[in-house]
Amino acid sequence: MLVNVERRAQGSRTMAYMSPVLAMVLTLFTGALLFWIQEQNPLQGLYTFFILPVADLYGLSELGVKAAPILLCAAGLAVCFRANVWNIGAEGQLLMGALFGSWVALQFLESTSGWAMPLVLLSGALGGMCWAAIPAILKNHFNTNEILTTIMLNYVALNLLLFGVHGPLKDPDGFNFPESALFSEATTLPVLIEGYRLHLGALLALLAVVAVWVVLSRTFIGFQIRVLGMDSSAAHYAGFREKKLVLLVLLFCGAMAGLAGVSEVTGPIGQLVPTVSPGYGYSAIIVAFLGRLHPVGIVLASLLMALVYMGSEMGQIQMGLPLALGGLFQGVLLFYLLACDFLIMYRIRWQGFASNVATNEA
Amino acid sequence: MTHNSSNPHPRVSLRNISKRFPGVLANDQVNLDISPGEIHALLGENGAGKSTLMKMIYGVMMPDEGRIAWDGLPVEIKEPAAARKLGIGMVFQHFSLFETLTVAENIALCLDAHEARDMTALSARIRDVSLKYSMALEPDRLVHTLSIGERQRVEIVRCLIQDIRLLILDEPTSVLTPQEVEGLFATLRQLAAEGCSILFISHKLNEVKALCHNATILRGGRVTGQCVPGNETAQGIARMMVGDDTPVTATHERTRGGEEYLKICNLSLTSRDPFGTSLKDINLGVRAGEIVGIAGVAGNGQEELLAALSGETLETHREAIRLPHGYIAHMYPGERRNEGLAFVPEERLGRGAVPDMSLEENGLLTAAGAGLVKNGWVNWRKTREFAEQIVSQFNVKCAGIHAPAKSLSGGNLQKFIMGREILQTPTLLIASHPTWGVDIGAAVAIHKELIKLRNSGAAILLVSEDLDELFEITDRICALCHGRLSPVADTASVSLQQVGSWMAGHFDVDEDVQGG
Repeated sequence: MLVNVERRAQGSRTMAYMSPVLAMVLTLFTGALLFWIQEQNPLQGLYTFFILPVADLYGLSELGVKAAPILLCAAGLAVCFRANVWNIGAEGQLLMGALFGSWVALQFLESTSGWAMPLVLLSGALGGMCWAAIPAILKNHFNTNEILTTIMLNYVALNLLLFGVHGPLKDPDGFNFPESALFSEATTLPVLIEGYRLHLGALLALLAVVAVWVVLSRTFIGFQIRVLGMDSSAAHYAGFREKKLVLLVLLFCGAMAGLAGVSEVTGPIGQLVPTVSPGYGYSAIIVAFLGRLHPVGIVLASLLMALVYMGSEMGQIQMGLPLALGGLFQGVLLFYLLACDFLIMYRIRWQGFASNVATNEA
Repeated sequence: MTHNSSNPHPRVSLRNISKRFPGVLANDQVNLDISPGEIHALLGENGAGKSTLMKMIYGVMMPDEGRIAWDGLPVEIKEPAAARKLGIGMVFQHFSLFETLTVAENIALCLDAHEARDMTALSARIRDVSLKYSMALEPDRLVHTLSIGERQRVEIVRCLIQDIRLLILDEPTSVLTPQEVEGLFATLRQLAAEGCSILFISHKLNEVKALCHNATILRGGRVTGQCVPGNETAQGIARMMVGDDTPVTATHERTRGGEEYLKICNLSLTSRDPFGTSLKDINLGVRAGEIVGIAGVAGNGQEELLAALSGETLETHREAIRLPHGYIAHMYPGERRNEGLAFVPEERLGRGAVPDMSLEENGLLTAAGAGLVKNGWVNWRKTREFAEQIVSQFNVKCAGIHAPAKSLSGGNLQKFIMGREILQTPTLLIASHPTWGVDIGAAVAIHKELIKLRNSGAAILLVSEDLDELFEITDRICALCHGRLSPVADTASVSLQQVGSWMAGHFDVDEDVQGG
């Protein structure tokens, strides 16, 4: 059968929404194939990965726990990506948020003040902002490429965190384990439902998504961000200040990622450890694109990504599969998504019955 | 009329060509014959189906129905490479050049590998061709440093360097000075005399009359007339193009304006682009209630001057640009807009409008100050009303205000941008090439709106390469050459030749001219 690829006159709206779905279906197929190659039952593998983790209420609440930091980062990243600022540094910003927040939290070990928690959260956000300010300033004043600077700063942030947890922030009574002291009650995020680990961070994440949606669709600054991303010469013509906007979106993303970091250490973890994040900041990039930079899409995508994290843990426990399978699933998903996005601007025609296929365009 | 009788068949012959797009019949049973050595005009408004027809000849798309014959033999031109193999060359209205490559590299890209390998030989060939057809070109220049007119030459030379038998030109004169147009026509006549067929797409009727042997007129995808342009009046051809209910010309009375509104004083600006044009000591005043036109060949400092006026380039020397209530040379574009400035840029898509945004959102692009934004919140209801007002008042043909800007034809988008700027009731409008590539009906409408704005007391500065346009609607005129501004003269009393020689740089800045 002869296949012909054609450019569409206009991007297809249907495909823009269908592409993530198609990518997910293809990922499931690939996953099944992987299990089969590993001589596992594909159906059981998929069940263990994607259904077993959320089979009970506790699993569902854990899904929220995992999704919260991803969602916060993705909300910030969506704003950056809308402005065409390719911030890959949410991971580093998250770690800096965790580091700053932990340092402040450790000052309140004996305190019961109600101000401690807001202060800790704020300092976490501030940590992420400081970290995001570096690539912003470099980009605005030295015209550096933010993709490179933000990636490199991720590793710097990780090493700073390791230094903190092995050095000044290490628990003096911790038998020399690289961990901080456990945070006090006053600096631990309250859980939403008694008996589960789902904490206030999840609520903050949802709030952030709503805020992002309102800002982008209702405010003039959001409009400016979108124009800058879609057509920078139009933004210059209209007199929007590119440097200000670049700084703004990076600072916002830094704040969100920092908040994610500090919510992790003061929430489910409860202390500073070397492994604050299993790569939430990176997953958030996939989430932002899988969710089409759209609030509802991002929420759904973050849940899916959280499920992949839980699934890979479950796969390790139940079937003895390597934990890295989760990362592989994420990678495959992004790969398929980018491939399927091709169909937004192009259509495939099978020659022979060419005249009818093209008409069902959205 | 045959110009070469050795082959009895037409060079190219189209029979009953039809092409459908979702919702439109772009070409409907079109017939067209072009003989060897014939210069054939294809006339029609934007959206008449000219581009579609050309693209099918050039193999960019295939017809749904109909046949194409080449030298009497049926052919299927499946892709541009096949067209080039036959000897068909095409110069698009929007150039397809890589800006970061040199002239020679750009030309090498469309040659076969064995020809492209030897760049020195290719450069020599480019020089030969450009010399033979008197189109000066420097093979080693980077394309992004060339003016629009020079880029067109690259496109033409790129076609001529191959064995060319049919050259298709899409609106080639819209970017040239009268002298350059003459040069191009000389080249085309020389080519035709050598036996090359030429398909000339235009809507400048005087040029078609001067150059073309035959003309085919398209309207709404159908052939509505065929004529020998030399035997018709421009008015008569225009009627065939637009039908009976559209005005094709308008005359405007001239004014002398009132108080001086914009004052440019000793504006000198060093271009940041090493190949750009630096502005040298520009002095110009624009009065309220008059239109001042700046003629000139592209690349003589227009972009730099416009950027300085719009605020996209900031001038540290703040006295350089003055409005009645103060200096503005140091202000950002947004602040200048608040002072009553409006600006219509040369590039419609990708500067004047965001291609992927709806008309509604594009209306907001520059009109935030017009009450559409309050305390940082966009009032979408007012924004919608504003866009709807533009569309209805300026007769913008579109699928509605939710249609993306890129879905509009050039003329309609220009009407939209013009409407957006004019409806903000500016006290000073700066417009660059307002009718570039725009069809007759739209151009007449845009000119009318400019005159209306002038009569309401606004100062208007018009930068254009279209001398006909400048002579039609401006009150005073001058020219820009090598970053220097010629004297300013009343349009009514200055001759076309005089302005033409200013465009070529023949002036003394201190020269005293009446009415300046």
